[in-house]
Amino acid sequence: MQIYLPIADLPVNVFLILGMGLAVGFISGMFGIGGGFLMTPLLIFLGVSPAVAVATVSSHIAASSCSGAISYWRRRTIDLPLAGLLLTGGIGGTFTGVWLFTLLRSIGQLDITIGLSYVLLLGVVGGLMVTESVRAIIRGRQGKPVELRRPGSHTWIHGLPLKLRFKRSRIYVSAIPVLGIGYIIGFVGAVMGIGGGFLLVPMLIYILRVPTVTVIGTSMVLTLVTMASATVMHATTNHLVDAVLALFLMVGGVIGAQFGARAGHRISGERLRLLLGLLVLAVGIRFGLDLTLPPENLFMLRPLESSQ
Amino acid sequence: MIRSLAAISVIGCIAATTPAAAERLVTSLSEHRVMVTSSFNGSEVVLFGGIEREGGNLPGRGNYDIAVTVVGPRQDIVTFRRERVLGIWVNYESRIFENAPSYLAVLSNRPLEAITGDETLRRLQLGLDNIALPQRSDSDPANGTPSGVFRQAFLKLNDERGLYRQEPNGVTFLTPALFQASIALPANVPTGTYEIDVKLFADAAMIARTTSALEIYKAGFEQFVTSSAQNHGTLYGLATSLMALLTGWFASVVFRRD
Repeated sequence: MQIYLPIADLPVNVFLILGMGLAVGFISGMFGIGGGFLMTPLLIFLGVSPAVAVATVSSHIAASSCSGAISYWRRRTIDLPLAGLLLTGGIGGTFTGVWLFTLLRSIGQLDITIGLSYVLLLGVVGGLMVTESVRAIIRGRQGKPVELRRPGSHTWIHGLPLKLRFKRSRIYVSAIPVLGIGYIIGFVGAVMGIGGGFLLVPMLIYILRVPTVTVIGTSMVLTLVTMASATVMHATTNHLVDAVLALFLMVGGVIGAQFGARAGHRISGERLRLLLGLLVLAVGIRFGLDLTLPPENLFMLRPLESSQ
Repeated sequence: MIRSLAAISVIGCIAATTPAAAERLVTSLSEHRVMVTSSFNGSEVVLFGGIEREGGNLPGRGNYDIAVTVVGPRQDIVTFRRERVLGIWVNYESRIFENAPSYLAVLSNRPLEAITGDETLRRLQLGLDNIALPQRSDSDPANGTPSGVFRQAFLKLNDERGLYRQEPNGVTFLTPALFQASIALPANVPTGTYEIDVKLFADAAMIARTTSALEIYKAGFEQFVTSSAQNHGTLYGLATSLMALLTGWFASVVFRRD
């Protein structure tokens, strides 16, 4: 069954996009991430222009992180003050991101920037996750306890001023790195069309030493608000959010996420991180190949925006 | 109906560059307006035409030839050329094709070169090789890629997307004086007003010409979504966000297990 997407201006198969929503939703539920880094490339592959893909995926991530955040809220594993402070930085980052997005689009360098950022970010994060989880698995095999939180190991980050106490996460940390992390996530999310969950979770764990109990719920609240505001900002500045496409992705996504979350409970944390790391790395490599292999066509067309 | 068709053909006669000819062209479209709705997956519009001769005796001359040019709404289109910089393929050079047709179809009953000479084709801008595509460059075009290369790439890419097409057998003569042509509109066809220009040739000379228009427009829900996104961006974004929140909330209620 074909449906014509009004903003993307192309017909697509309804079941195909529902299926994509389901598949990405399953993965996002399993790993507790938004899944934007998978959905955006998939849409581009389908023929949706990168700009429309990035703008539309933000609303899809908002939906899946909303359903996630509600279930974490019920389990009382959300650190609201921490999420609030991250958000303050996040909104600023989103603003800068949407501004850069618009600028790059007008000079014709948006696609290459999206491609390059994917390679760099996914390559680095995926590589780190794989090595870290392999180490953890090896340690586990040797019978040593897996420690994520080493209370004694303070870095320069813990020496910064403006210290605040976050009760639910039981951390005492400066507001500056919290704002900074929020800013980076908001910025990256708006430019690349990703929620940044796969980036935020390790940052919270390794930099701020947030315990694993509260990390995913808190990250989901942040993703929810940054992505919902990115949707509004993209719609206001670039008019590129395709609500019809978004609706089908959302419906598939939230259903898939429920099943993914159940599957995720059956796998140990290290293995889950290893799988996610491999997935992230694979997408990064795919983008890297696209950038370095000679393109099928040396030329590319793009209608110039009518000045409104 | 006959009267209105006659009126169109009179206009056609006035527009003709060779008023000495006694032929008149009468054309009609199977549809004058094509709706793009949520189930739109491409369409086809059929053009019917007749050649009338003053005095009524047909055919008076040698063979007639027909060339139909369909031009979609014009817009500025950028063409990027990719180049490898530090091992990465980037958009290196660009040209802006000003007022280029977003859709272009040239249909004829036999190859254009067989209908008339190169000189006439050029003068009439008939065919993909002869259509005027003015380019603008923001950088110095002198030491860049020649315009011809960009032009070829532009035509090729549009051809691949099904938006530019030249069909040397796109016009069929049903009788010596009656013809039909089907205008294929792919699913990605841009919306707007399309100009249809029909030229009648006899013995390599254009003897009559007539124009008509076709409108392709988004309708119903598609139109509502597009215009909301364009005119009420913030509201549209808020609505989409709200839709996302509701979908998420709904899922968490439906799948609640505790």
